[in-house]
Amino acid sequence: MSELNMLEKVERYINGEMNPDERVQFEQLRKTNAEVDQLVVEHTFFLQQLNRFGEWKKFRQLLQFTHTDLAEKGHIQSSRLSGKARVIYLFNRYKRVGSIAAAIALLTTLSISALVWTLSPSSPRSQFEELNKKYSQLEYKSRKQASEIDQIKKSKTIPVDMPFTTGGTGFIIDPKGYLVTNAHVVSGASTIAIQNNRGEYLVEVVHIDKHRDLAILRINDDSFKGYGSLPYSISKKSGQLADPIFTLGYPRNEVVYSQGYLSARTGYDGDTLSCQIEISANRGNSGSPIINRRGEVIGILNGRQTNAEGFAFAVQGKYIYQLSDSLRKADPSVPIRLSGRSYISSLERSEQVKRIQDYVYMVKVN
Amino acid sequence: MKSELYEEGLLKGLAEGDKRAIEIIYKDHFNSIQALIINNNGSSDDAKDIFQEALIVLYEKVRSGSFELNCQIKTYLYSVSKRLWLKKLSVSNRFVSSAEDPASTYPVEDEIEAHEKRDAEFDMMEKAIAGLGEPCKSLLEAYYLKKQNMQVIAASFGYTNADNAKNQKYKCLLRLKKIFFAHYKNGIDHE
Repeated sequence: MSELNMLEKVERYINGEMNPDERVQFEQLRKTNAEVDQLVVEHTFFLQQLNRFGEWKKFRQLLQFTHTDLAEKGHIQSSRLSGKARVIYLFNRYKRVGSIAAAIALLTTLSISALVWTLSPSSPRSQFEELNKKYSQLEYKSRKQASEIDQIKKSKTIPVDMPFTTGGTGFIIDPKGYLVTNAHVVSGASTIAIQNNRGEYLVEVVHIDKHRDLAILRINDDSFKGYGSLPYSISKKSGQLADPIFTLGYPRNEVVYSQGYLSARTGYDGDTLSCQIEISANRGNSGSPIINRRGEVIGILNGRQTNAEGFAFAVQGKYIYQLSDSLRKADPSVPIRLSGRSYISSLERSEQVKRIQDYVYMVKVN
Repeated sequence: MKSELYEEGLLKGLAEGDKRAIEIIYKDHFNSIQALIINNNGSSDDAKDIFQEALIVLYEKVRSGSFELNCQIKTYLYSVSKRLWLKKLSVSNRFVSSAEDPASTYPVEDEIEAHEKRDAEFDMMEKAIAGLGEPCKSLLEAYYLKKQNMQVIAASFGYTNADNAKNQKYKCLLRLKKIFFAHYKNGIDHE
């Protein structure tokens, strides 16, 4: 009997899948053949080990999931939410080096100022006092102006009676409040706001690329609190033909889900920037994320051919990376980081959608 | 004041892998463990690792059938986390002596030792499975870890029928066992 056959028998015996006759026969064999007996014992141990390993792995995943979930809801403090923990950690780590450096710096400063004080000629005191007085007056004025400017700046909320028209859809690409949408959605707008069931915020355009039809927006609103992390990731790969995909967008005043599949690797008229997808899409869907079943954004919906129904085009996800890279190079103060890891890869579709919809906004322009 | 019954309920939930119970325990205790780690030269990532490891130790304990800890969950997690962290520090030479506080700790040496042994075994299994390569890896994971039905597996992997998939599965299992036991016996020899 081959090794493979024997293994199958042993496993069926352990799992109780043998019929009674077979079982009696096998037990007989076990008694007479020590090797078989050993194999049963060994395989029982192995299956147990495998089973426990499976449960352990599942539990670990559950813990990881719980952690990101709680951090996102703000129930636990996480480094990604507040930089405080890291500051304390760095402080603890470097306090000795830091204090020595500080002591040296203090000593140097004191000796230099003593030198300057002894060597520099004394200036006429009255003149100095007059200057000092003028200076403090100036200082007072500028402080007052600054506080007035601050007050004007602080009123960063949406004016009540501002007429908006629906432009399209956008979604968060960085939890600090950066979104991406189509350039054609926001071009020519003077004021832009976004809205979903989380709230309504004012945004500003930080970067626009008309050629690729992409725009990066920043939430610029006092009431925006930031997110802990993103559930989905941005993928650099567009995927295989026939890969199932879905999207969430705002073709009307409510978030709408639709699904389809990747139907061609190039877009309208052989455009290699984009790809073609089979999905029902309307005007307001422009800027919607195209998400695969692992919860990775593979593209952004940007339009459909006017004379054809049922398919649409999407800008490929890798161009979001290129755009944010070029933005970071042009202005290092913009701290965009794109997430390469999806936390919802193993969830059911409906659960994925539930988690994603908080990050998809209607983009309104004025 | 949390009653003993309440904690026992949580532990039962934990043993069953109940999401809600895990979330409550996580929420109630993570911040204090994080503070412990950070105040002792650790980062918040260290805190996450240590806390999750401590939860695994607790999970293994309650799964062995005893819901009686003889101390509060808080004390237990604190003691385990502290031990694990001190161990990690002494390995990486970042050891910082801290005053033992016998009132708030609970003896957990044996459990940690058992946990480390288990961890090493799981590690072995993980490496053995990874060493199989595809499609064996996914096939075995689908059947033995995700407990999927053979028909479903055959369909999703593209086998024409369940028997062929089953046959392939046994071939893979045979290879896995050989790799695993080679490592396992080596591991024991080293000790």
